[in-house]
This record gives sequence, C-alpha cells and structure tokens, in this order.
Amino acid sequence: MKPVGLEHYLVVSGLLFCLGLWGVIVRRNLLIIYMSLELMLNAANLALVAFSRFNNKLDGQVMVFFVITVAAAEVAVGLALIVALYRKKQSAHVEDLTTMKS
Amino acid sequence: MDLAFIIIAVLTLASAVAAMSLRNLVHCALCMVMTFAGIALTFLQLNAEFVGLAQLLVYVGAVAILIVFAILLTRSEDAKKEVRFVSSSTVVGFGVVALVAVSLLAAIQHTQILPPQSVVAPHVSVKRIGEQLMTNYVLPLEVIGLLLTAAMIGAVVIAMREPDPADSVDVQQRNGSPLKLDPDSKKTAVVANE
Amino acid sequence: MTGQLDQLFVSLKQWLVSFLPQAAQPMAGILLSISAIIGAFATMFAITTIMERKILGRIQNRLGPNRVGPFGLLQPAADGIKMLTKEDIVPFAADKLVHFLAPVVLIIPVALALAMIPYGRNMTAVDLDAGILFFFAVGSATELSVFMAGWSSQNKYSLVGAMRAIAQMISYEMPLVLSTVSVLMMAGTLSLPLIVQAQSGYIYEILPRWNVFTPWGLAGFVLFMIAATAESNRAPFDLPEAESEIIAGYLTEYSGFKYALFFMAEYWGLFAVSGLAVTLFLGGWNAPFPFLQWVPSWAWFFAKLGTIIFGFIWVRGTLPRLRLDQLMNFAWKFLLPMSLINIVVTAMWHFSRVFQFVGAREMRWVLCALVLAIPYFFLGRALGEGRPAKRNYKFAE
Repeated sequence: MKPVGLEHYLVVSGLLFCLGLWGVIVRRNLLIIYMSLELMLNAANLALVAFSRFNNKLDGQVMVFFVITVAAAEVAVGLALIVALYRKKQSAHVEDLTTMKS
Repeated sequence: MDLAFIIIAVLTLASAVAAMSLRNLVHCALCMVMTFAGIALTFLQLNAEFVGLAQLLVYVGAVAILIVFAILLTRSEDAKKEVRFVSSSTVVGFGVVALVAVSLLAAIQHTQILPPQSVVAPHVSVKRIGEQLMTNYVLPLEVIGLLLTAAMIGAVVIAMREPDPADSVDVQQRNGSPLKLDPDSKKTAVVANE
Repeated sequence: MTGQLDQLFVSLKQWLVSFLPQAAQPMAGILLSISAIIGAFATMFAITTIMERKILGRIQNRLGPNRVGPFGLLQPAADGIKMLTKEDIVPFAADKLVHFLAPVVLIIPVALALAMIPYGRNMTAVDLDAGILFFFAVGSATELSVFMAGWSSQNKYSLVGAMRAIAQMISYEMPLVLSTVSVLMMAGTLSLPLIVQAQSGYIYEILPRWNVFTPWGLAGFVLFMIAATAESNRAPFDLPEAESEIIAGYLTEYSGFKYALFFMAEYWGLFAVSGLAVTLFLGGWNAPFPFLQWVPSWAWFFAKLGTIIFGFIWVRGTLPRLRLDQLMNFAWKFLLPMSLINIVVTAMWHFSRVFQFVGAREMRWVLCALVLAIPYFFLGRALGEGRPAKRNYKFAE
C-alpha cells in the first residue's frame, strides 16, 4: 500500500465539499444550510493545510487561520440574522421566506 | 495507508453524511460537531498543531454552541416541512453535486502531484506561525481584528430585542424562554413582597 | 538521594518499561503514564470528596460523615459502591443515545486536559508545543456535553440548567483565557513545561520568581481563579446545578454510574484547572525557597494543588450563590475589562525592564499595581450601581 499522500487528503476534502454542497441545495432549514456552508469552508481548509504540509510552506496554515476567523465572524452575524428573522416570521425555513418573490 | 488516517477520514465523512441527512436538527448539529472534530484531528495529523487546536476551539467550542442555541431559539414544527425523498430539488441537487464531485475527483486524478518537499514532516512551531502573522501578514491580521469587532457589534445590534414592550412580551411567552428575567415581573414581585 | 526521590516516578516508569521488547516500549510508556494519571486522580477524587464534606461540616459547625470506617474516612468507598450498584434509570422520553454519550463526552476531554500538566521535573505526560491551547481546546468540549445532557433528558429543569450552564461557561471562558495571555506574553511560549521553567530561579537568591508575585501575575491569578470557579460550576457560581431551585439542573435525569461519571468529571475538571493555575502562576513544581529544594518537585506540585482545592472548598462554604444577572454583569462588566487591562499592564511591565536606575524594580512594581488598582476601584463602583435599595421584610421580623 502507498503511504498517505496529498491526493488522499484532497479526495477527503473534495468529498466533504460535495456533502456541504448537497446540504445547501437540498435541505430546507436555514440552520442546516448554514452548517453546510461551514462544512464547505472546512473542506477548503483541509485542502489548504494538506498543501501547506506537503509543500513545506507555512502560508497555507496562516490562510486557514484567517478563514477560521472569518467563519467565526460570519457565524456570529448570520445566526443573529436567523434569530431576528425567526422573531419576525416564526419560521426558519427557506420556503417561508419568499416575500421578495412577486 | 495509515490506519489512523483511514479511521479519521471514514468517521468524518460518515458523520458529515449523517449531518446532511438526519431529520432532528439537534442530531444534525451534534453530527456536524463530530465532523468538525474529525477535521481538526486531520489537521493534527498533518502536523498543523496550532491550526488544528484553533479549529477545535472555534468550531467545537463556539460555533457548535451558537448553532445549538439558535436551534433551540428557532424551534418550529420542522419535520413536516423537510424534504420528501424524491422531489425536484433532490434530483437537481443530486445532479449538481454529482457533477461537482466528478469534476473535483477528475481534477485530483489528473494533477501531477509534486514529490513532497521533505520526507520527514517539518516541525511547525507556534512561534513560526506567530512570526509569520506579525511580519508578512500584519495587514490581514489587523483587518481581521477590525472585521471581528464589526461583526460582534453587528451581531449585538441585529439580535437585540426591539424596545416595543408589547411585542417582546408576546414573543417571550410564545417561546417560553426561561432565560431572561422580565424586568417588569421582577418589579411586581418585589412590590408584592412588601 | 534527593535527585533520586525527585525522579522516583520517572525512573520507576523506565524500569518497568525496560522489561518489554524494544518495539513495544514507547507504547507501554504512554499507557503507563495514562494509567498513572488516571489512578492518581481517581484516588485524589475520593480524598477530595471526603475532605470537602469534612471541611464543609467544620465550617457549618457539624461533624460531617463519621459512620463508615475510622472518622468516616471510608465514606468514598461506600459512596462508590452505592453508585455502582444503583439502578441506572433512563427517562422514557429521553433521547437514549445522546443521553448515554453525554457523560462520555465530558470525561474524555477532562482526562486529556489532565495529561498536559507538568506534575514534576520531567513529569509531563504529553509535551505539546501548544500545550495551553490544547488545554482550552479540549476544555471547550465540556460545554457540548452539558448541552447534550440537558437536551437529551427532555426535562425542563435539565434544559434550564444546561442553558444556564452554557451561558455561564461561555461568559467566563473569556476572562479565563485572557488572564492566561499575560503569562504567555512574559514566558514567550505556549508550552507548559517551558512556562514552569521561566518561573524557576530566585530574586536576591531567596524570593521565588513566580508570576503571582508580580502585579500582573497577582491580578491574573485572582481573575483566573474566579473564572475557574465559574467554569467548574462550583459555589458561589453553581447556578447550573442549584439544587434548591432547579433540582441539580442538567444532572436531574441522571442516576447510578452515569451520575458518578459526571460527578467525577466535575472534580477532575477542578483538578485540571487548579493544576493549570499552579503551573501558570504559582511556579509549577518549583520550590518556594532555595533551601527547600530537597523536597521532590512532584510533592511541591501536589501541595500547591491541595492548597488551591482547599481554597475552593473554603469559598464554597462561605459565599452564597449569585443571581443570574449578577453573574453575567460580573463577567462582562468587571472580569473582562480587568483582564484586558491586565494585558496592557503586562506590556508596561515588559517594556519597563530597560530602566536600570536604583529602585527601578520597586518603582515599576508600584506603578503597575497602581494602573491595575485605579480601574479596579472604578469598575467595582460601577458594578455596585443600580443595586436596589435595601428591602424591608415587614412580616419576617
């Protein structure tokens, strides 16, 4: 058997990204869509860390650090928005949030 | 292949699948936490100690708890509105995801991967990352600090209850939120005591 | 002789491992360290429970447990047998799997955190470069376990208790982490053994160089201990359990062995956070005076740990429980600003090292203490404002 290489990590990362995409497209609850977005960000992070490790450069890890921070900020604002929306509409489903549609 | 890698990868992917397909929102969130923890373990396995631990701290410690709180705050009859197994959106979703998956895997398959720079994994110390952050990446670091501050203020402003008393009492009763003491009721309780 | 006693456990481990074949030695060494830590802290858990009940009894002017064994010293064994043989009741409506997993999710991170602490010279089970980050990273998983316990029980007391606990833990985690930052700044490392090393040596050949003897270290230590009390849900911050209001909060629906696991994890968390306090502020395993260095390093560590735990018990016996709004105000309006100011003071301390005139050391001490004392005074006054007037209990008197 081959030792674990970059391609194995990339495959895992790609599959995780696809799962996140699946969640965003198919699920109806805002919070699940939100978690799926986080999963996609994490999949990208995994690829970055793998690149950083196998190319012996630190830049990938620094990038991941920034991505994690931005994701944290996004979670704070996004969840506040969802809760505020729920207070107005009593629902957290995307199908109930269609006031912009004619 | 490394046994540890296989175990962690399978666990991570399985919990991600569970998180995407379970009906109960809290179960979804808990499975998602497992996925995040699995990704953090993969980071640790890649010798990225600092990033892996930061991932654990931010995602398991903060993001998961926030999501769980939000789930409890936005409780609704969710099960009936969740997707039926075969609907137009599932089919479209499956198509799009399959397309993305195939193209990603094909890209990975056809890439000429360079040989690793060093056979032995480099020991990346926290100090080196700190030095990088303070020299090459000072400007992004400052911008990130600003972003976090702005996000924090924004979150507080958005989530703050509107000062309309009738509305807030109404919402509170409907949610049955036990967390906030209503200042008015406290006052009446004190009056009643006297 | 003293060196041998100091390295007693290290050489014991090496001697035991040397019987095994070469290939199995690293694995065996790891397993041995793990079992030693678990065994030591399980014993310490038993001792602490009986001592806590005895000391609380003493504070409340009663005897405490005195039936089992001489002076009631075998009480922990009796409690353990009772817990193990009790029926394990799971509520009918409970989410069975999550209900089962919650104590497991709690105990694993706590045990991992215990592995990071340097117990003596060369006695660190896991020496990570980012040790303290690891400590807080695994510590954050305990919040999740509390939520799992409270939610899966399907009981409103459990849910209220869990929500209170999570709100409290998130609020107090911030001062907890920020108060350690000053130590990290001065030591210049995240590794716990190196932080202990940075505190070794003596000023004027007699005074210990521990962090707690500097203004920022003292303030940091006090902030850290307050936040640690809240993090480990102990009185006066025991609202999540509050047996008189919400009948033990998220533990309501737990019985038998699972309850015992929760109980043990709570005490282990207390030991871990106290051990971290000893490592960061009280000089770890260093002796307080040079002429006491013949005492083994691990004995110093456990003596300091015991002192801190005694302090916790004393506080529990003395202070009444806080109200939820007082708790939140205290964390956000007092502890958090103070810990931020403490970081600034640490920077002042660091940069004032360049002054070398006579009395510079004393002047810097006074100056830094003053910069800490002024905001302490004003923040404390601001916290006291808006307090309702004294109530008259007409019918009670």
